[in-house]
Amino acid sequence: MLAMNYRGPYRVRAQYKSDPTIEHPGDAIIRVTRSCICGSDLHLYHGMVPDTRVGHTFGHEFIGIIEDVGSEVTTLKVGDRVLVPFNIFCGSCFFCQKELYGNCHNANPQSTAVGSIYGYSHTAGGYDGGQAEYVRVPMADVAPIKIPDDIHDDDAVLLTDALPTGYQAAEMGDIEEGDTVVVFGAGPVGIFAAKSAWLFGAGRVIVVDELDYRLEFVKNYAQCEVVNFKEVGDMALHIKKMTDWLGADVCIDAVGCDAAGSVAQTVTGRLMKMQAGAATVLHWCINSVRKGGNVSIVGVYGPTFNAVPIGNALNKGITMRMNQASVKRHVPRLIEHIRAGHIDPKAIITHRIPLEEVADAYHIFSSKLDNCIKPILIPPRAYETTRPVTNSVSEE
Amino acid sequence: MDNRTIVKTDYYPDNNAEQDQDYAHPTMNVPVQPEARQHRRTRESLTHIKGWGADLDRKNRPGVPMERTPPRYTPANMPTPPAQHQHVEVLVSNERPGITPLHGTVQPPSGLSGMMRRAAFKYTENDLRHWLMLLGADRVNVVEGIVEDLAHGHVPNILGEMGIKSEWEHNKAGLAKKVAIAGVLAGAAYYLLKRRDERY
Repeated sequence: MLAMNYRGPYRVRAQYKSDPTIEHPGDAIIRVTRSCICGSDLHLYHGMVPDTRVGHTFGHEFIGIIEDVGSEVTTLKVGDRVLVPFNIFCGSCFFCQKELYGNCHNANPQSTAVGSIYGYSHTAGGYDGGQAEYVRVPMADVAPIKIPDDIHDDDAVLLTDALPTGYQAAEMGDIEEGDTVVVFGAGPVGIFAAKSAWLFGAGRVIVVDELDYRLEFVKNYAQCEVVNFKEVGDMALHIKKMTDWLGADVCIDAVGCDAAGSVAQTVTGRLMKMQAGAATVLHWCINSVRKGGNVSIVGVYGPTFNAVPIGNALNKGITMRMNQASVKRHVPRLIEHIRAGHIDPKAIITHRIPLEEVADAYHIFSSKLDNCIKPILIPPRAYETTRPVTNSVSEE
Repeated sequence: MDNRTIVKTDYYPDNNAEQDQDYAHPTMNVPVQPEARQHRRTRESLTHIKGWGADLDRKNRPGVPMERTPPRYTPANMPTPPAQHQHVEVLVSNERPGITPLHGTVQPPSGLSGMMRRAAFKYTENDLRHWLMLLGADRVNVVEGIVEDLAHGHVPNILGEMGIKSEWEHNKAGLAKKVAIAGVLAGAAYYLLKRRDERY
């Protein structure tokens, strides 16, 4: 099969490799019809995540059609159209039984600190991902979700990670009616976090980024205020001025370890790898939020350590919540929001690129070329197999 | 003649209003801040936003409570999945008692990078050496990948793998800048090496 193949930092290519096989009676093999490149994939692409091996196939946002099932799979059959949450999980362990599906303890032998994620290094379990024609899906009875007939493929693929992660980012902010919410990062997750903040009853939503085209997009898409951090002096002071000198009620980190905005953090974190990436946005969150406020983190950081002003967090009495999104938990409610016309996920897709051109797809997304917000990869033959479904809701 | 400036060190004003002007200090006479009050928008002013407040009630929030027991989307007391047959080498964190019932089997450790990874797994995840050795192994693995390509008769198109086609298409100025910088660095290196050769 054709698959994305990692060769080293900033180097990927499309290459033929062996088709995946059933390795466990609970497995399924899925023929991929859509896969996305996620902002988190860029951390791998930039060489930030330990134990990312040459030959690995990335991709944790994908949908497809069941091609084969193991002997113990009972709820899915060949031909079913499914979306696959990015978390690989068993459903039975201590954490899955608490609906912490992003923290499963039975699917990643290589790390206890990280759950299991498709195509996200061996630190996240050593499973190949969905930027390929076929992918092995463990515990097929547990994780995959049949895509309802009225949900478009492009909406469904965004329900595998980007939208649930943005939604959970807002949910973990514990937003109360009228709260001022600041979202750092206007990538796909930040855009969805901003949109979701309104669903939770925010009174103001402010999005911070450095790219004007992304700020323009999110301003229209999420009807929020925007700040270009390159045009302001000190970020925390600017947010204080915008919020009656108190600070924001909720700050969301939707960026993670590849953040720009601080020379010291960029040099020590991204270039010298002396920390697990640049913690610029964590600084901004802690120092911009009001005393007693909430900080929600969904941006990904590496497993070592970061220099963060934890003393300020303590002295300000901040509540910090963070996790990988528990996708399966959010999808039913998010489908309701899509049907109600509250959110139109597919509107953020800007690029549709054949899997054969994966190297250019990564470069465009990583370097923010051609006003790219969200690229999706189309494997060979998928053009013939995807069904163009018309949403039951009107376009926004 | 000593024309050094006499520096006033006494910044504290006395009761002489005229003299107080002379001893003005930047931190003095700062206005007292007004009482801070957060201004909040009303519900009525937010009705134009589609779906505003749809999940305001915590009952509608799928992530509340944070740890939900029993789970809604998997059966309560679901049995542990049967153990997957292990047919390749899988490195296992020593912060757990054994291999997990489910595990990934792609890209098993091999070569020098594999040796480094095995060594890294002697340390716990809590030990910085574990992660730094893995990062080091990743860099060695990149070189192994190039060697493997060449051994199979494939010369890797490194510029193509880095997306030069899209760089040319969407960022010609940036590409020209990178080429110029690379040219200057290569030229400087050539000049320094040539100079060194001439000295011997």
